[in-house]
Amino acid sequence: MTKPSEPVSELELHAFVDGQLDEARQRDVTAHLAGNPDAAARVADYRAHKEALKAAFAPVLTEPLPRRLGLPTASRRALHTRWAAAAAVLLVTGGALGWQAAGMLRPAAAPGAAVVHQAVVAHAVFTPQKRHPVEVGADQEAHLVTWLSNVLGAPLKAPRLADAGYLLVGGRLLSAPDGPAAQFMYEDKGGRRLTLYVVTDPGQRGKTAFRYAEEKGVAVFYWIDGPLGYALAGKMTRDELLKLADVVYAQLGR
Amino acid sequence: MPEVRQLIVDQIPHLRRYARALVANREQADDLVQDCLERAWSRMHLWRAGTNIRAWLFTILHNLHVNAARRRHSQAGPFYAAAADLPVPPTQEDELNVRDLWQAFARLPEPQRAAILLISVEEMSYGEAAAVLDIPVGTLMSRIHRGRERLRDLMADPGDNPGHGSRGNRLGRKR
Repeated sequence: MTKPSEPVSELELHAFVDGQLDEARQRDVTAHLAGNPDAAARVADYRAHKEALKAAFAPVLTEPLPRRLGLPTASRRALHTRWAAAAAVLLVTGGALGWQAAGMLRPAAAPGAAVVHQAVVAHAVFTPQKRHPVEVGADQEAHLVTWLSNVLGAPLKAPRLADAGYLLVGGRLLSAPDGPAAQFMYEDKGGRRLTLYVVTDPGQRGKTAFRYAEEKGVAVFYWIDGPLGYALAGKMTRDELLKLADVVYAQLGR
Repeated sequence: MPEVRQLIVDQIPHLRRYARALVANREQADDLVQDCLERAWSRMHLWRAGTNIRAWLFTILHNLHVNAARRRHSQAGPFYAAAADLPVPPTQEDELNVRDLWQAFARLPEPQRAAILLISVEEMSYGEAAAVLDIPVGTLMSRIHRGRERLRDLMADPGDNPGHGSRGNRLGRKR
């Protein structure tokens, strides 16, 4: 590309050091350096500094990784350590987010649709969170369930989905338009998250069968069981979610 | 998906190293890496398989850092002061002193540190590094030039490098 006769520029000395020149130009620069001690001294310094910087930064590559670093499927224990440490903060931010979420939920049509919408918004808001996905982690499951049951005024359960590949991450209290709501979050080995949204006084009493809805790419099965409405939400196919909903329903219905 | 996870996980040490050149405080640097991982994971659908995942991850980390720095209204700030504890291997008496070079590096303006780290330490091509920093290759090269020249000056004249004046001139050149 560059003719041999062209003078070597200052910037090309760096490209030379960094191996960014083609072979022909590399030879030109080598020849240039032979007759130019000042340029040769620069290149020697650039090289020496480059090697020394590499040496200075090399230890970072072999440092053990802090446990808090990782993709969303980092081990549950590591996640819990982080969450426990930030528990006080979580309570505050959790409340604030819940309140904001409630504001978004107002425009709802039928009672069932309202619950679906609330569940989808809560799912979309909290499942991407790595640091603060839940207020109380699964390591304090008993406390979590008691607390949420007290606030919602009904006995809740966190279903066990381990056989289906999902482990409890934890849960949080949310504010729904007409009262409290709870969200339990689960995660599989691949980092996929599933949420079970529970709300009191879903607008109608009794028992309903599963209903299915999709909103913003989130699949939801919802049903009503006495004073509680449930919505199981996840970004997956209807059939995948249905299998999980069956497991949840069987456990909650006793 | 598992392969992609592994590709990302493989880059974590490299992302940490780059973050340490941007933010000297280890905790803050790791926060930046974690933010980068979360952002990347939530945007995996935007990454096209087969394209350069390293450049993609470094770009995310760089943008997060730039945005955070903009929010804090400070760029240069505490980097130099916090830079003292980078682990460096012991150096031979007659070799170029790595710790002094690191101290000099820490005095560079951040854009020059970023460019030099990507090229000299991470050994990216000029094109790849320019893409990460979202600047033209010419701008990248001039940052490298100014940064390396400044390093030469600082190493040749430690008096210009507060805190290390007492060590004298032997730190300058290898020969």
